[in-house]
Amino acid sequence: MKLTEQQVRDVAGLANLSVSDEEIGKLHADLEGILEYFDKLSEIDTSNVEPMTQVLYEAEEGSTLRDDRPAPPLDNRTALANAPQPGAGYFKVPKVIER
Amino acid sequence: MNIAALSIDEVRSGLLWRRFSAEELAAEALRFAEAENPKTSAYLYFSPERAMAAARRVDERIARGEDPGPLGGVPVAVKDVIVTKDVRTTCGSKLLANYIPPYDATAIERVEAAGGVILGKTNCDEFAMGSSTENSAFGPTRNPAALDRVPGGSSGGSAAAVAQGTAVVALGSDTGGSVRQPASFCGVVGVTPTYGRVSRYGLTAYASSLDHIGPLARTVKDAASLLHVIAGRDPRDATSAEAPVPDYSAHLDRDVRGLKLGLPREYLKDLQGDTAELLAKAVERLKSLGCEVREISLPATDYAIACYYVIAMAEASSNLARYDGVRYTSRAAGAETLADMYRRTRAEGFGAECKRRIILGTYVLSAGYYDAYYLKAQKVRALIARDFARAFQEVNAIVAPVSPFPAFRLGEKVDDPMAMYLSDIYTITGSLAGIPCMSVPCGSTGCGLPVGMQILARHFDEITMFRIAHAFEASRN
Repeated sequence: MKLTEQQVRDVAGLANLSVSDEEIGKLHADLEGILEYFDKLSEIDTSNVEPMTQVLYEAEEGSTLRDDRPAPPLDNRTALANAPQPGAGYFKVPKVIER
Repeated sequence: MNIAALSIDEVRSGLLWRRFSAEELAAEALRFAEAENPKTSAYLYFSPERAMAAARRVDERIARGEDPGPLGGVPVAVKDVIVTKDVRTTCGSKLLANYIPPYDATAIERVEAAGGVILGKTNCDEFAMGSSTENSAFGPTRNPAALDRVPGGSSGGSAAAVAQGTAVVALGSDTGGSVRQPASFCGVVGVTPTYGRVSRYGLTAYASSLDHIGPLARTVKDAASLLHVIAGRDPRDATSAEAPVPDYSAHLDRDVRGLKLGLPREYLKDLQGDTAELLAKAVERLKSLGCEVREISLPATDYAIACYYVIAMAEASSNLARYDGVRYTSRAAGAETLADMYRRTRAEGFGAECKRRIILGTYVLSAGYYDAYYLKAQKVRALIARDFARAFQEVNAIVAPVSPFPAFRLGEKVDDPMAMYLSDIYTITGSLAGIPCMSVPCGSTGCGLPVGMQILARHFDEITMFRIAHAFEASRN
């Protein structure tokens, strides 16, 4: 077994996802199967291979950079327009700390 | 005027010869699309005001004697992971069911500056994660070629709209095949440009090192024209390339005689049935056009799916962290603490596939597993890219299948995620290497299901890819 149901819940917790009791069985089975498949990666020799973090090509030094010049940001009202609970110009959220 | 079969050239000549105005065309396109959409649910919703305003601007340009633009008056469908200002953008997710973006994606700005008329937003797998459009929170899209079958995914809605004739061209996104595979399943042309060729600003991020915006169309020429409009450096996307954008259409008719094409033996060994037969016929046709076809080897292919999914899921887990119920998503009711609100919002909001990928992505990035999975996958990615680089020393382009099978039935693969992932084998490799690749129709199976052939080329060599596809397409007509 690659991981237990509790480990699935723990990892989900790291991603701020809760997993219901109805979901956990199938989710666990699916994840096991996929992780077993991922183990194929250990079969191929990658000694002396640099990790490829992204697609790269020849370019001028600094060509992806621009001048650090501020531009007008979204105004407050627009920024809050899709907020589930805006208030007094802020995004309102439930309390952060239990007293 | 057959609204369902118009090309960009036909729209242009129709406008310039005053056979119809842009507003008349837009109104008819909207009417037709709204009438036909219930058959397939390609579109999630239409944007008639925006479309008519764009059409009006085109008519005004024409009235002033100005050029209407390379996409002047052309009805365009947009996958719902690409933001459109003031027009709802859901990404196929309940979390964004009511999200109205305050900005346009760069690709959208460019389409409209070129005169394009955006009819509406098309259905897709949630956050672009899936290969069938069945993971949309708003119901699946049906394949116009066979209504009991999937259109492919994740850009299923865009492919279906183009196939059905409810758009002339469409924008989709491709991370591991999400433009090419639905194009193949629906019988249209789908292009994944070189990574960085088209700005990702305004494309909802799934896997940032693999995401692309790409055109879908009924002909190679129209796909090339749309690519020309949206491609090019964008200072708002640091991964967008400086490389100049050639006039793709000008090169389409160049003779393909003498071009060397490679067929990867690792891709062909398990290919069966109608798909194998149609690809073999396509290769014969390419030879008859004067291309030299030889077998090549891409040895790391066997590890590509594991490599792709480790990387894609890891990046996805990071990119989806922003959907947290605070700023622009829906929010779960009744949570007493912030932590509880996050967990419940995300648990209730994400579908099963997104949850799988977020959890696995988090796992492969976590302490103790990072080296074995994520770092290892990045090294395998380098080997896959190296395989292509080596192949392109011998050949100008590579020919390959798009999918091991044509469109499957709705519901057939939803319960087996691993089977769904394995079907991506031919498309993920191009994405990992960042090379341009496209699907062009090469026939139908015995029961009428479309099949596409894939053409892959070197970085920024879309011209060679288009030339081959165009010559192939022309020879079939």
